[in-house]
Amino acid sequence: MLKRILALTIKEFIAILKNKKSRMVLILPPVAQIIVFGYAASFDLNDVKLGIYNEDPGIASRELIGRFEGSRTFQITEHISSDAQISRLIDLQKVTAVLHFHRDFTRDITRGKPAELQVILDGRNSNTALICLNYIQTIVADFNRQWALEKQGRTAPARLKVRSWFNRMLNSHWFIIPGIVALLTIVVTLEVTALSVCKEREAGTFDQLLVTPMTPFEILVGKSLPGLVIGLVEGTFIILVTVLWFDIPLRGSLVVLYSGLLVFLMSVIGIGIMISSIAVTQQQGLMGAFMFLVPAVVLSGFATPIENMPRLVQDLTLLNPMRYILVIVRSVFLQGASFDLLWTQYVPMALIGVVSLAIAGVLFRKRLY
Amino acid sequence: MTGKAADNSRMRLAGLIRKEVYQIMRDPSAIGIAFLLPVLLLLIFGYGVSLDAEHVPVGIVVEKPSPEATNFTSGFQNNRYFEPIAFDSIQEAEKALMERRVTAIVWTRNNFTKKLLSTSDSPIGVIVNGVDANQARIIKGYIMGVWMRWLDKFARAQGASLNVPVMVKKRIWFNAAVRSRNFLVPGLIAVIMTLIGGMLTSMVVAREWERGTMEALLVTPVRKKEIILGKIIPYFVLGMGGMMLSVIMTVWVFQVPFRGSFIALTFSSALFMLTAIGLGLIISVAAGSQFVAGQIAIVITFLPAFILSGFVFDIGSMPAPIQGITHIVAARYFVSILQTLFLAGDIWHIYIVNWLWLTGMALFFFMVIRRKFHKRLQ
Repeated sequence: MLKRILALTIKEFIAILKNKKSRMVLILPPVAQIIVFGYAASFDLNDVKLGIYNEDPGIASRELIGRFEGSRTFQITEHISSDAQISRLIDLQKVTAVLHFHRDFTRDITRGKPAELQVILDGRNSNTALICLNYIQTIVADFNRQWALEKQGRTAPARLKVRSWFNRMLNSHWFIIPGIVALLTIVVTLEVTALSVCKEREAGTFDQLLVTPMTPFEILVGKSLPGLVIGLVEGTFIILVTVLWFDIPLRGSLVVLYSGLLVFLMSVIGIGIMISSIAVTQQQGLMGAFMFLVPAVVLSGFATPIENMPRLVQDLTLLNPMRYILVIVRSVFLQGASFDLLWTQYVPMALIGVVSLAIAGVLFRKRLY
Repeated sequence: MTGKAADNSRMRLAGLIRKEVYQIMRDPSAIGIAFLLPVLLLLIFGYGVSLDAEHVPVGIVVEKPSPEATNFTSGFQNNRYFEPIAFDSIQEAEKALMERRVTAIVWTRNNFTKKLLSTSDSPIGVIVNGVDANQARIIKGYIMGVWMRWLDKFARAQGASLNVPVMVKKRIWFNAAVRSRNFLVPGLIAVIMTLIGGMLTSMVVAREWERGTMEALLVTPVRKKEIILGKIIPYFVLGMGGMMLSVIMTVWVFQVPFRGSFIALTFSSALFMLTAIGLGLIISVAAGSQFVAGQIAIVITFLPAFILSGFVFDIGSMPAPIQGITHIVAARYFVSILQTLFLAGDIWHIYIVNWLWLTGMALFFFMVIRRKFHKRLQ
């Protein structure tokens, strides 16, 4: 039995790796994508272009503007002198936000009356607008605290002391890049498995396979192993890049991480082979792969949190193996989490894997035509 | 070309298109891809994709209850952003944070009230789970909002008014309610249509080579240009149909405002559809077999459109070399057009810049297809 499985596995590897183009597709894109996406995928804002509309001749506005000039987040690109310019600059996306200081800004502030700072933001990407507003408010709050203390000799009755755990600087790369490990692994694994059965069906060689002494179970194992090996190798490579190139802290144990990766691979391979067994043509296999991959990524919590989804969609994500692996990868990397904190994530993935593999095995014989 | 030759060419093209239409009708998966898939994906994603945190579970620890402390923590109740959960000690709350049962902790120590009423500058501890940095930052902003409102109330209760030196008055244009769905759903159209275009066409040429029908076609008087056009036109029509459905859903189901003009939308969609189909055809021509074509399509259509198009991640904040790379992702231009078109209205300057890029890309793709196709004919 082992010999037969080995023979099939070798044949599968040859089928995948023999074609030069196919080989390139397996190796080049993940390497390029981990680097490019690693830099690209972030919610942190850099070099936000600011326009300043300062009608105030006084010193207070200049002092506050100085704080924006000193910030690495902002870049003052435009100085404005009329209302009409505001809408032109924002419409054409020359600036993300405009700070408008009124004529009486300094007068108000020195008289102890709240001085109004008008902030106009481009809301086309409302997340960027919101983050940008948060940054602005933080700078203004610092300014307020210091001004009140130095010029007015008073402090607010209470203040917030905010700490963030696991990611002190709130660097969103730390959140996204471990997620890319899961993202690229799922893509590569599906690539290897989703067309593996329907390709043979279309060529007629699958029928031949079925009349050999191999049992469906053996075929299943033989078809799964290449995906597992390739997934593990590429997963390892991506984890190495994450740690060595992007300097993301890996605080937990590799055992916890790899057992997660292994169970995840099993579930994705199961789904991939199941899709491939349902499909009659490669076109359908490809469509099936997309139909699984795209929702699996978009509804995984990779970019937008699952907690923000409506209840019904949240329930739907329980069927998505990617949702669990993301929790595992991120918790192991940033939180140093161990099995007892994560076992609830392993179980559903394993279930998904077993069920889909079983369905695929049954379909091998049931779908003969 | 004489009149007769032109007639013949038109007839051959019509024949090829008719053949492709039959093929599409008989394998309904293409129609499924064009019409069903956009509707289904947009429906799930439109509801599923949101960056607006609501009902965030936040642990509240009040070490020594007092009217002032209660007054402060009540700001978290009846607030759609928070779901407060009370803990008796900070240790318990921290454990809940570790286990992801709460996302943030707000903590007043037992000397909170005393300090508040005497020396002022009384500290309130806030701990947020920073794993998801973006959400953590948003939640921090919400907590600051609660704190500010409470300070104001507290000052008023003492007969003074809150005197902050500078007060920020915000105005968010185009999306005053800061509803993330308003920009995510138009962006999703671009991502979904990239997929549809790629899926529809990436297999069609490879399939004919594999089945040997291409060779049969080559011995007929059909010209190369006609074969290519015969592949583009039917899938273009299908793709545009899917696009229309998506736009209709965006406006009617997801209530995203539509402030631009219909003409600009149609023109932009057509231009983008051409690049998406062009990319699919390049894959198909370059790959040679359906197997490789499928693999390439999975790898190079979805993820780049998802991550490098500016659909969720802000392109302006990426490092310069990466910003350069985003220029080869057609979805980037379409996302920019759609976000302006839906939320801001017609801003022709933005349209024209993006149209030029899209046109350039489409022309480039079709040039590549012509050349690659030529090679295979020999």
